[in-house]
Amino acid sequence: MNQESLETGDKSSGNQRRPKRGVPEGLFLRCPGCGATLYKKDVERNQNVCPECDHHFYISARDRITHLVDSDSFEEWFDNLRSVDPLAFVDRKSYKDRLVDERKRTKLNEAIVCGRAFVRGRPFVAAITDSAFSMGSMGSVVGEKLVRSIEKATELRLPLVIISASGGGARMQEGILSLMQMAKVSAALAKYDDAGGLYVSVLTNPTMGGVAASFASLGDITLAEPKALIGFAGPRTIWATVRLELPKGFQTSEFLLAHGFVDRIVHRRSLRDELANIFDYCRLKPKPSK
Amino acid sequence: MAVSSSLYLPFEKPIYELEAQLSELEANSNGKGVTDEVRKMRRDLDNLVRKVYENLSAWQTVQVARHQARPQSSDYIELIFEEFFELHGDRAIGDDKAIVTGFAKLGDYRVLVVGHQKGKNTQERSERFFGCAHPEGYRKALEKMKLAEKYGLPVICMIDTPGAYPGIGAEQRGQSLMIANNLLEMSRLKTPIICTVIGEGCSGGALGIGIGDRVCMLQFAYYSVISPEGCSGILWKEGDSHKEEAAEAMKLTSKDLYRLGVIDDVVEEPLGGAHRDHRTAAWNLKSVWLRYLREISHLSGEELVDQRYSKFRRMGVFEEASAGGTT
Ligand SMILES: [Zn+2]
Repeated sequence: MNQESLETGDKSSGNQRRPKRGVPEGLFLRCPGCGATLYKKDVERNQNVCPECDHHFYISARDRITHLVDSDSFEEWFDNLRSVDPLAFVDRKSYKDRLVDERKRTKLNEAIVCGRAFVRGRPFVAAITDSAFSMGSMGSVVGEKLVRSIEKATELRLPLVIISASGGGARMQEGILSLMQMAKVSAALAKYDDAGGLYVSVLTNPTMGGVAASFASLGDITLAEPKALIGFAGPRTIWATVRLELPKGFQTSEFLLAHGFVDRIVHRRSLRDELANIFDYCRLKPKPSK
Repeated sequence: MAVSSSLYLPFEKPIYELEAQLSELEANSNGKGVTDEVRKMRRDLDNLVRKVYENLSAWQTVQVARHQARPQSSDYIELIFEEFFELHGDRAIGDDKAIVTGFAKLGDYRVLVVGHQKGKNTQERSERFFGCAHPEGYRKALEKMKLAEKYGLPVICMIDTPGAYPGIGAEQRGQSLMIANNLLEMSRLKTPIICTVIGEGCSGGALGIGIGDRVCMLQFAYYSVISPEGCSGILWKEGDSHKEEAAEAMKLTSKDLYRLGVIDDVVEEPLGGAHRDHRTAAWNLKSVWLRYLREISHLSGEELVDQRYSKFRRMGVFEEASAGGTT
């Protein structure tokens, strides 16, 4: 629904169709946070965070998993689901071609990676969106993979962590079916909640539109990476409507914290410890034996 | 219903021209009874309206859905229900006039009505933010729906919004969270919910009161993930200059949504659209709602929630490659 926030990165090789911010090609890069010129390897070693000012760059879903979970503990699920083109949608390019290009460019099958993993020896279900694939937008496959993951977490009585990175919100090329994914995923979260589940939502840059207005906002506990852009309507849409200067830091993680919508702002490197700690406080009750 | 000339949609022009000719003819034939000429012109007019409205493009449908004379929630409330007992406020921030809520009587049923209200004149429209609700509007809707659940009242939602309000205060007060929360809570509300898109059903702002056991649309309403203008701006990158193509591409008409399995019924509108005959539109809506109530009001809360879950669980179209396979 909202594709204004363009801070998605692209680390894949090959032709780039449009310039992307994030971690660009080359040996060095300039940090948009502090302006320092950084050796790219140093940034990558630091989980794509600027060693000088802690600016959080884009990180791919797969790299995040590598950094976040206990080594070799990730078991991927549902990677066999493929988006189709139910509306035969064509804008300047057909959705079919877009999907092929996105797969090639990101080496992902879709904008989300799901599975089971461990942090500090504690098992959980992880679903991580990747803002490089179609702006991290949610179509039928993202919705379906989320719901299956939530249902699995319900069945296995495991905590659920969804890490959101979506400037795109609901995927326009699947029209109303994308909007319905918001309903479907939220309904699955309701069932998980009824079953006593623990859902930790982690908001990263950017989390907007239909993703923000569904699963990303429904955590029992909500964490956010520093200075992420998080909101319902895009800043440009808001500006065009109200014609007022937007407050400083509007729609950032810090803004959401100040207004009461986020529990904690968490540095990428601390996420695994914080998750482990939360899992220890909020233990799922054993299944009632009925 | 007489529609003032300033409210013509461009493609309706021939209809109104013929209508003007007809009334002139009728005035001139005063005293002589209905002449053959008048009869013929009435027939021609009917055929013209039918022809125009049978072949509306997606964009024209959007224009009809936004028609200024199109009935709004307040009209249906007045025409359909025997009583409306309005309830205000969200118990936290205020009373968002973009969404009205209240008890109402529909035949033998006592129900809760929730509806977007755009407003009819400049002042009312600005008070109601053109039907664009703030977080407090969604919270108000949910508070009243929970009240309905407590007392076993079915809920009837009328959707008619260009989208949730995109503003500074709306973001500060948690627009995303309030919509998300409605999706979650409506999915497990243990009372019957009927949702109808009566005009514009645009984006999360529409869905925020759109989770129901039965979901239907009026024939010339539209329901979409984003407005055609918004879609044009993002995908074609040239402002709203591709809104007509965007409207077509997104498949947002009632016929499309029925085909995609997103809605249960298309509620027929009177010839030439609801704006030409509020009463008939209301009558059609009422009979569908009564049928829905007969179908679902006897179900238990658990049955409703289970069926509602399955209904939305099925939505989406994708392929399942053989395990481990790639395309
Ligand atoms: Zn820096």
